[in-house]
Amino acid sequence: MNPTRKRRMTIVISVVAAAVVAVSLTVFALQQNMNYLFTPSQVQGGQATQYQTFRLGGMVKSGSIQRSSDSLKVSFIVIDAGGAMPVEYTGILPDLFRDNQSVIASGRMDGARFIASEVLAKHDETYMPKELKDAMAKAHENKKIDEAAAKDPVQ
Amino acid sequence: MIPELGQFALILALLLAIAQGILPIVGAWRGNAALMAVARPAAAGQAVFVTAAMAILIWAFLSFDFSVAFVADNSNLALPWYYRVTAVWGAHEGSMLLWVFILNVWTVALAALSRHLPQPFVARVLGVLGLLGVGFLAFIVFTSNPFMRELPMPADGGDLNPVLQDPGMTFHPPVLYMGYVGFSVAFAFSIAALLGGELEQAWVRWARPWTNVAWAFLTGGIVAGSWWAYAELGWGGWWFWDPVENASFMPWLVGVALIHAQAITEKRGSLPAWTILLSLFAFSLSLLGTFLVRSGVLTSVHAFASDPRRGLYILGFLIVVIGGSLLLYAIRAPKVAGGKAFAVVSRETAIMIANLLFATSAAMVLLGTLFPLIGDALNIGKVSVGPPYFGFLFVLLMAPVVLLLPFGPYLRWGRADGKSLATVAARAGIAAVICAVAAWYFADGKLRAVAGVAGAAWVAVGTLSYVAKRWREMPRGRRFPAEMAGMLFAHFGVAVFLMGVMLSESLSVERDTRLAPGQTETIGGYAFRFDGVQETTGPNWRGDQGIVTVMQNGETVHVMHPQKRIYTRGQVQTESSIDAGIFRDLYVALGEPMDAANVEGPWALRVYYKPFIRWIWLGGLLMTLGGFVTAGERRFRAKRVAASETPTEPAPAVGKATVA
Repeated sequence: MNPTRKRRMTIVISVVAAAVVAVSLTVFALQQNMNYLFTPSQVQGGQATQYQTFRLGGMVKSGSIQRSSDSLKVSFIVIDAGGAMPVEYTGILPDLFRDNQSVIASGRMDGARFIASEVLAKHDETYMPKELKDAMAKAHENKKIDEAAAKDPVQ
Repeated sequence: MIPELGQFALILALLLAIAQGILPIVGAWRGNAALMAVARPAAAGQAVFVTAAMAILIWAFLSFDFSVAFVADNSNLALPWYYRVTAVWGAHEGSMLLWVFILNVWTVALAALSRHLPQPFVARVLGVLGLLGVGFLAFIVFTSNPFMRELPMPADGGDLNPVLQDPGMTFHPPVLYMGYVGFSVAFAFSIAALLGGELEQAWVRWARPWTNVAWAFLTGGIVAGSWWAYAELGWGGWWFWDPVENASFMPWLVGVALIHAQAITEKRGSLPAWTILLSLFAFSLSLLGTFLVRSGVLTSVHAFASDPRRGLYILGFLIVVIGGSLLLYAIRAPKVAGGKAFAVVSRETAIMIANLLFATSAAMVLLGTLFPLIGDALNIGKVSVGPPYFGFLFVLLMAPVVLLLPFGPYLRWGRADGKSLATVAARAGIAAVICAVAAWYFADGKLRAVAGVAGAAWVAVGTLSYVAKRWREMPRGRRFPAEMAGMLFAHFGVAVFLMGVMLSESLSVERDTRLAPGQTETIGGYAFRFDGVQETTGPNWRGDQGIVTVMQNGETVHVMHPQKRIYTRGQVQTESSIDAGIFRDLYVALGEPMDAANVEGPWALRVYYKPFIRWIWLGGLLMTLGGFVTAGERRFRAKRVAASETPTEPAPAVGKATVA
């Protein structure tokens, strides 16, 4: 090979090598950090068993919020139209967290309970994350999400 | 009656924008000077009507005209006047109007400051900007009319979202939009260059100050947004890798690559096609950002109630703009080539490597941000990508940039000499090691803190040593041309930013705690004593105000007053209290009373100690300053310049072509 070709070869090889490294690192990072969203009925249907951590989405059941008297531990129940899941969280809840609000919590299962490490805050009280709307609609193909929300009129 | 005038103004602006978008481009194509001359008056007319619409909307807010639905939704009688003004961009319709208004600010500035450019070129640039105006004005007029009436008129309005009732929100959106929209100028220059086949260096020189100013505004806007999130969202974070933040960060990353690529193309004529491509991407990502924020397709802490149909329009607009510009690029760019050759060790190569890293970062952020949509399309379920993905890859991609940074100014165009590089590496390396050892001692061996201090010292000493070199070697008055001074400010800003990020991330103490009045929580050597809450009221809210006395070594440092507000419409909003300092912030936010019926009792509190966090924004502000200073370079303002003007630095003998 003449020097020019050799140089071009080196450049091509290094570019390909860099691309391979970049792609594999990206795939690795993606795999480590994918967070799936499930509703309580999907979790109870066994769809989340293969995931260590995931996000749980639904509505906060009215009257289910209970605070511990001596720590920041709080428990509440997240429902969708066909399931209910007790959730435990230690920390300060976002401003818009209250009964009948849609909520997304990330964490893991501990027995039948969901231990949340983070509860999503929202900026807008009328806002419901689209993916949560979709997930809840999907969990109950025959039951419209609006009906589920209408049972707990809040806004 | 007055709101209808606003709507008429918008429609007239749309018609003028159509004229501005079509006639001058046709004129430039046909060589018809009369048609080209339409550009400036049409732009001025559009600006007048858009400004009128903006003024009318502000007036509607100031005069409590609740018959306008947008005003009724976003303000009420108790809202103070300054928040009624900022409420204009507090929701969708108004913020789109702000977008168009700022587009007009840029267009008018360009029309006024481009007298020295060739007429066909200016006609094309203003024409492209006119077409963008058409896209957004049609969007406002047909889908998001801020002057829509609501009858019967309500007695009082709703409220501006409480998180937006904050001084930070006053600046953040306009400044950010100045950046977003500012990239439209670089975009228009590139399209004009592609259309006209003027692919020499000249157009890049004209585009550079505009791009730098836009980038500086974008940087400032992101800094303001980060500061606002820190102070207002009540949990003390400054960056969340949230889709909406990413939306502003992607054009920023491409913008960094662009301002550096422009320097190569302007001074050496190399890589013009790459520079054009980056200009197209920077603006496309700005549009994508607008789409992401406005369509609500992604779950975000910043997401507001939104209308997917509007998203569809923006998506269509996006496809036309990106698809059209890339098509034009594909047809015209192969003819673009040339410039001076450069060696492997040269400033060009270093900038190219950094460019690739920044472009890859932007692609990485794009992939992570859009992943929920990809997951949807592939039917693998509702999935999103967590912040560690971004954190991991971004640090990995930026580490080489930090390593390269000190060499930047020392590298000569064409071919660099190894000796000065070795000197600066030795100096910066020694400084980094010394600072790392010191940091090891002070930060108890926390690796991230040590790495941050070492990296910051490496960049800072490398940059300062170049300052010293210029000072020694150049005669007074020629030491720091604006372009170079701006670069040095921005690079030094990187050091400050790095220091802030790494130290605050690794040394912060964040504690959520339960405190009864009189109880104390000690973190970071500060004792926070909770002294209970008292009632307090504001213009449109009432709330509880906590009293937290902070003591260090028995002496009172500060008395903090975090608030829990309830706005007229019942929205609850946490107002954190921050004792700011150069070396540390103390941050207190109220959670909720442990027993809702007894506010006199114990409360949940967030008590944070955040060392060096202010350096993050200080670094960002230095970068902003750098962008503005660079734009002041006298060379950019020169009358028509020959393409092969001598660069500011004497160019060394150029090596043979080594990169084909």
